[in-house]
Amino acid sequence: MSELSKLTIAEARDAMRKGDVTSVEITEACLAEVNAADALGAFVHKTPEIALDQARAADARIKAGDAPGMCGIPLGIKDLFCTKGVDSQAASNILKGFKPEYESTVTSQLFGAGAVMLGKLNMDEFAMGSSNETSAYGNAVNPWKIDDRQLTPGGSSGGSASAVAADLCLAATGTDTGGSIRQPAAFTGIVGLKPTYGRVSRWGTIAFASSLDQAGPMTKTVRDAAIMLQAMSGHDPKDSTSADLPLPDFEAALTGDIKGKKIGIPREYRMDGMPEEIETLWHEGAEMLRAAGAEIVDISLPHTKYALPAYYVIAPAEASSNLARYDGVRYGHRAKLAAGDGIVQMYEKTRAEGFGHEVQRRVMIGTYVLSAGFYDAYYNRARKVRALIKRDFDQAFAAGVDAILTPATPSSAFGLGEMAEADPVQMYLNDVFTVTVNLAGLPGISVPAGLDSQGLPLGLQLIGRPWAEDDLLNTAYALESAAGFVSKPAKWW
Amino acid sequence: MSIDIDTARRVAHLARIAVDEKDLPALAGELSNILDFMEQLNEVDVEGIEPMTSVTPMRLKRRADVVTDGGMQDKILSNAPDAREGFFAVPKVVE
Repeated sequence: MSELSKLTIAEARDAMRKGDVTSVEITEACLAEVNAADALGAFVHKTPEIALDQARAADARIKAGDAPGMCGIPLGIKDLFCTKGVDSQAASNILKGFKPEYESTVTSQLFGAGAVMLGKLNMDEFAMGSSNETSAYGNAVNPWKIDDRQLTPGGSSGGSASAVAADLCLAATGTDTGGSIRQPAAFTGIVGLKPTYGRVSRWGTIAFASSLDQAGPMTKTVRDAAIMLQAMSGHDPKDSTSADLPLPDFEAALTGDIKGKKIGIPREYRMDGMPEEIETLWHEGAEMLRAAGAEIVDISLPHTKYALPAYYVIAPAEASSNLARYDGVRYGHRAKLAAGDGIVQMYEKTRAEGFGHEVQRRVMIGTYVLSAGFYDAYYNRARKVRALIKRDFDQAFAAGVDAILTPATPSSAFGLGEMAEADPVQMYLNDVFTVTVNLAGLPGISVPAGLDSQGLPLGLQLIGRPWAEDDLLNTAYALESAAGFVSKPAKWW
Repeated sequence: MSIDIDTARRVAHLARIAVDEKDLPALAGELSNILDFMEQLNEVDVEGIEPMTSVTPMRLKRRADVVTDGGMQDKILSNAPDAREGFFAVPKVVE
């Protein structure tokens, strides 16, 4: 039975359509894996009854014919998505016990396409973190292991990455504000796609930084990412930033033919102190694309080094505003008050108890950069630098570049707790290759490309033109085929 | 830009997060370090640059200003820590 949870979306879809297997059988296999994997800390709310109800409905639909690609596919859902009647707390104590009365657009579309929810997945609190260590649920753990240490699955979508890499589910939803889909995908040897900003509705997804947040698929293969993106994306009148543009057929774009495509290699992504094996992998990735018929060109994205500081002004500023709603009045936690405490004490005590350390720090940084006298010096300056970062990409694309190849992360997965004493800025450096993509609103995908000398997965990132996820997925498909990454973590959990 | 203890206290209050007096020096240090990191932005010439507003030029959708939903007081109050008689309840605000 456990073999069924190892299926890809495409394999499961085809087998269910042929009648070789049912969604109930695959779902039961996944639920058994989920229940045996508590040591990974990936699933934090399990929903077996909902899963089996959805699986039975999916089987009926498949039998009747004409079921969409995601029909009957068991998924894990990141805790950031509001799911009706099911705990949705963004891994924060301030939303403990919150059961939404509504369904996010992403999950609503996935369930409408027949997908099955196995449960909610661990993450960094409010998606603020790069190691899943800020979660109120405790750590999610990487299924990859090379010694006695437990390794981070990355963050913030750490539970999603761990669950997919460990074959607890066929795929998972993630969200990406500065790299939170792509970095964990790279750390766990799976595929993670952040779509163009506006491709996927943000309605009902708990907000971190509204101008950067974007949901996307975390899957075992590029083909699966294409199938799942199709079901997640599209215009939503409930999100005014969701784009009213036609959706390409993403899976149909996967021809593997990239002859004549121009792939840019940005020289500014060669960082001091970057491990040599990442540099080597990057070079090998470029050679693979060249061998597949692409033209490799050196490009310059001169404002790259300013992306992280700009991000760490803009994202906390938006977070401080978005998280102002957690005041102990309408939902979630309220602190016990002392005699004589007024409403200000209620807010202050509630937020001090409900928010973890990193969230408090970012809300306060955001409050500071938006406060009178500093707004222009920090926030407006960062927004202008953001425009320059986007202009760098615009110029590269205008010069004929179809996609840009970079490393996904500056290292492989590190040990849980190893960054505990480090300066917060050290942790922020995890996002150095991914954060530019969020600032520019572009689509980016992390593709597993090899193992480092310790035996841990490494990913390469491809960055595409806006609204051209179809072309980006096809280039990623060519890279995936050439890299031939098939390694799986040995089961220890 | 270095944040002193008074500024840290003020920012915590603006953010409505209670911080113990004894924790303020460490907080001020952490916030200062992060702001030092942001100082790099001052190297960039942003003269004449407009802040970015969208990925590709597009006008935000407009919608008719009409009521499309409502009549769900029970659902709106269902997650409240303290709801009474159809209202959210909070400590006394007006003396």
